[in-house]
Amino acid sequence: MSPGFQGRPRSAEPALPPGQYLTEDFPVLSAGPTPKVPLESWEFVISTEAGEEHRWSWAELMALPQETPTVDIHCVTRWSKRETDWQGVSLDTLLNGVNTDAHYAVAHSYGGYTTNLPLGDLRGGRAWVAHRFDGADLPAEHGGPARLLVPHLYFWKSAKWVRGIRLRTMDEPGFWETAGYHDYGDPWREQRYQGD
Amino acid sequence: MTQLSYLDGNMLDGPLRELFAVDLSAATGRCDSCGMTGPMACLHVYSHAPGLVARCPACTAVMLRLVRSPDRAWLDLRGATFLQVPMPLDQPHPRPL
Amino acid sequence: MSAAPLGWRVARLVERRVETPTAQTLVLEVPGWPGHLPGQHVDVRLTAEDGYQAARSYSLAAPGTDGRIELTVQRVPDGEVSPYLIDAWAQGDPVEVRGPVGGWFIWRTEETSPVLLVAGGSGIVPLMAMVRARRVAGSRVPFRLVYSARTPTDVFYADELRRRVRDDLGLDVAYVYTREAPEGWRGEPHRVGLADLNTHGWPPDLEPHCYVCGPTGFVETVADLLVGLGHEARRVRTERFGPTG
Repeated sequence: MSPGFQGRPRSAEPALPPGQYLTEDFPVLSAGPTPKVPLESWEFVISTEAGEEHRWSWAELMALPQETPTVDIHCVTRWSKRETDWQGVSLDTLLNGVNTDAHYAVAHSYGGYTTNLPLGDLRGGRAWVAHRFDGADLPAEHGGPARLLVPHLYFWKSAKWVRGIRLRTMDEPGFWETAGYHDYGDPWREQRYQGD
Repeated sequence: MTQLSYLDGNMLDGPLRELFAVDLSAATGRCDSCGMTGPMACLHVYSHAPGLVARCPACTAVMLRLVRSPDRAWLDLRGATFLQVPMPLDQPHPRPL
Repeated sequence: MSAAPLGWRVARLVERRVETPTAQTLVLEVPGWPGHLPGQHVDVRLTAEDGYQAARSYSLAAPGTDGRIELTVQRVPDGEVSPYLIDAWAQGDPVEVRGPVGGWFIWRTEETSPVLLVAGGSGIVPLMAMVRARRVAGSRVPFRLVYSARTPTDVFYADELRRRVRDDLGLDVAYVYTREAPEGWRGEPHRVGLADLNTHGWPPDLEPHCYVCGPTGFVETVADLLVGLGHEARRVRTERFGPTG
């Protein structure tokens, strides 16, 4: 123990998941170079377990009903940020009309990142393809043009630079999930690593 | 806003010395994706992340990942075809079986 | 070096020296320290009362003697570890260290090629360890150091470098200032460029070993310039450091 070392203030408030501290800034986490994605060629694709594909161009995404969720976010590296303001399209809207019996989803990104989660967690007004943050276009370092936003799970599930979602009958671990991180990642149950 | 970038493969030595008896930055690694072969010290390491991600400097493919929890470590070397580790000549080495 | 995985050792502060308004050299006592090579670094880990831990990597600034090691730490504004080490760490208080580590960015005193060191800001630290090890070993290998600092007050080890240049045969030091040069300085503040490396470095046909240490952008620029001047990429060794503190 190092006397007098406190580290970043960690909140004991009940409203924060265990082991998290509050931050005011928005740390940038990245496992690779930031992809540059021109809006003209950007697309979002949902592909089903049967191989059916549903595509949206940037203009088509913008034309869909927009939502403006304000949510707390929790990063597995232990920072949490309160009341972040986003704008995006609900996955309920995007999945509407997609015919599937899949129970699992793999989000994949420009740059090659992947993350897995149950399809059910993308439904019920709990997940968005977000393209604006804090009243401005989502900056590239935070996942712009668009990122997945699934705030009830650890933030590595909210794939930056999201390009699409593959629907699967079996759970397929993604980038961090194949390197020790939890397949579900509920911050309230502190599901950081496999087996937690 | 933090200006984000990568570090050199040198920084892998500390975390990997918890697992291995040698400093791997002096080892030569082959990228399984593009075949480029060079010192592990020259990999680009992204450390502002849930784990360490080391990428090939030529093609940016992931060559090594290391995740550390309080009681476990996960090491993924799928992206490296081999690591060639310099060994001291005076160290007894077993013959091939 | 020892042939076993490394664990954490307890270290205590025995002395601190002010280098600049924002940087200090910390002398640590580490029982059982196995010794190290110039250029190697050490990981420092702090543990709070509730078990929270934070670790950072620091270059070793000098050859190790009698279980003592030296780090020079720059205070990073809003940092988590460096402000503690500089402002709060009291003599005798424990931290944990893991090291030495580093098998690439090292200079061995038995090497004979000329050496070019290029430092950006606190990137001087591992290069100073090489300058000091050269003196301790009585090496005659010609050394040139190009040291880029923001202003004269940001220069680490200023007095010692002056002494070394006077006393250590075959050591040259050239400074580049990026924001503000000292009085009477010829030329304008600027970032290290081709001309600096050409004038104060070695011609590539002497096959020098080049060591470049500093922030990522600095290292990128200098390494590219050196390769552009004709130095073989494998003889240009780099160490970038990131923004976490």
